Amino acid sequence: MTSLRKVLLGGAALALAMHPLSALADTATPDMAEMWRVIQAQQAEIDRLRGELVGTRAQAVETRETLETTVQHVEAVADAVETSSASGGDGWWNKTSLGGYGELHYEGGAKDQIDFHRFVLFVGHEFTDNIRFHSEIELEHAIAGNGKVGEFELEQAYLEMDVGKNAQVFGGVSLIPVGIINETHEPPTFYGVERNAVEKNIIPATWWEGGIGARGNIGNTGFSWDAMFSSGLNLNANNGYKIRSGRNKVGKAEFNSQAYSARLGYSGILGISLAASIYYQPDVTQGVGDTITGGDVSATLFTVSADTRFNGFGLRALYSHWNLDGADVNLTGRDKQSGFYLEPSYKFSLPMGDLLPDAQFGVFYRYSDWDNNAGLNNQSGQHRNVFGANFWPIEDIVFKIDYISESKESGGPTKNSVNLGLGYQF
Amino acid sequence: MSSEINMIRSRRFFLMGMSALICGAPGAMATEANDAKEAFLKSSFETGIPMSKVLWLTKNLKPQVKKILKHAYPALRVRYWQNGTRTAWVLDEIGKYKPITVGIVVQDGAIERLKVLTYRESHGWEVRHDFFTRQFIGARLPKPHKLDRKVDGISGATLSVRALKKLAILALFLDQKVQKQ
Repeated sequence: MTSLRKVLLGGAALALAMHPLSALADTATPDMAEMWRVIQAQQAEIDRLRGELVGTRAQAVETRETLETTVQHVEAVADAVETSSASGGDGWWNKTSLGGYGELHYEGGAKDQIDFHRFVLFVGHEFTDNIRFHSEIELEHAIAGNGKVGEFELEQAYLEMDVGKNAQVFGGVSLIPVGIINETHEPPTFYGVERNAVEKNIIPATWWEGGIGARGNIGNTGFSWDAMFSSGLNLNANNGYKIRSGRNKVGKAEFNSQAYSARLGYSGILGISLAASIYYQPDVTQGVGDTITGGDVSATLFTVSADTRFNGFGLRALYSHWNLDGADVNLTGRDKQSGFYLEPSYKFSLPMGDLLPDAQFGVFYRYSDWDNNAGLNNQSGQHRNVFGANFWPIEDIVFKIDYISESKESGGPTKNSVNLGLGYQF
Repeated sequence: MSSEINMIRSRRFFLMGMSALICGAPGAMATEANDAKEAFLKSSFETGIPMSKVLWLTKNLKPQVKKILKHAYPALRVRYWQNGTRTAWVLDEIGKYKPITVGIVVQDGAIERLKVLTYRESHGWEVRHDFFTRQFIGARLPKPHKLDRKVDGISGATLSVRALKKLAILALFLDQKVQKQ
């Protein structure tokens, strides 16, 4: 109201100032008729200004409403765009993920070879919020086929479902829950050009089977658990009961004797990850039986591991031991197969300006000791010393160099080599 | 004979397990996520949850956010809650396959609280624990896109750790932007 009065008074003053008779005020008093005419002129001006004011106010209200509507429209468009980009509708493309890793090796020493050792693709799909599919396809040694050096393998293909917040069940082809690298073996995650010899020859990583399982963690205690019921190894006199040779790889594999695996893990303290696992199979001959007694040849694998990191310092340690129970296998010494390794390391940032601000460098040493004929005291063990370095220009790419010196307990020449590696993951 | 019986039992067990996997009922994960967000905000503001605001990712902000996340932000705006120099952010980032939802409170330019609200991955769940998240408390952003401290990782949870680091940096970065407004 105050502003309206100001406008009216201002308008009246303006009208007076503009009126030609106002100049007469100094010289003569206007008569009544003249006064009446002036007042009428003032009233007309007031009415005009009032009309303009009402129009302006209505315009302001309209503008504010338009603005609010526009804001709502913009919010709605933003919501729609965000929802659309977040869900992509119901298209499979928005629920399907792709990943992978690969590693190129130069193996020096007597081998003197270059090898694209592994080319791996992960394909995953989310059916619903709590049911998903995961797969891993691997091409080893670059070329596969009849008579070729490489293999094309399906290492994982399983369906998984969340059961509550802390557990999942799964079924399909999956990795056995054992050791450190069997499940996590992308090149940027470990030191050395090749994976360690103990998990390769004793466990034997990478080891996958077909079956069902469950895993979860126990609240906030830091404990986790895994259990799996699956196909198992197929060992016999023909493959010499050597564990690595007994992997069926779930290709028309014998399912006469199944395997039971379980693991208990603890990672409730920063930088410490501990695990103990067991694998049991009632008959690793898959029904063929011991060649001497005809009975089952049972097998049990115990593994304990530690993976610790603190302020760049790291220590990996693993011990793994097989017991095979059979008369025939006892004679070969492969009734006991075991090994261990220790791997201290140190990793630090090596920023290289704006070009590679997150670059890191790490050095390591690894001592491995394993024996696939430990049942006989015939000095059949092997030792491997490896030291080298990893350089990560970014977290997902790694360049590696190492020096390997490998010897046998029984003596003989020591194998030495310098090796180079290039790896990535995405 | 006993071997055959065992085999039949084992196969029955296998089939029962597969049936359970196929027929299991889906959970109410979206509701749980919303509840976790509400609880986080409620406990982060003593005087009640302030009205949410949005920060539009303008063409100037987008490249910087992309540099932090190593990919484009999947929305046009980021929602936040502010009371003076205290801001709260609820942000998502993919771990290996699924988004991890994290609540972060920034007070006077430093992280006061970081909590994993919803973890959907089947591996790397250790990042939910206090022993890991407390490494972020007090963290600042003295240099663009880099925390003032080293955050120790967790074996086997590399991608989840990386996701949380990115979100911590993003929250500090966005806090700097809204405090200047």
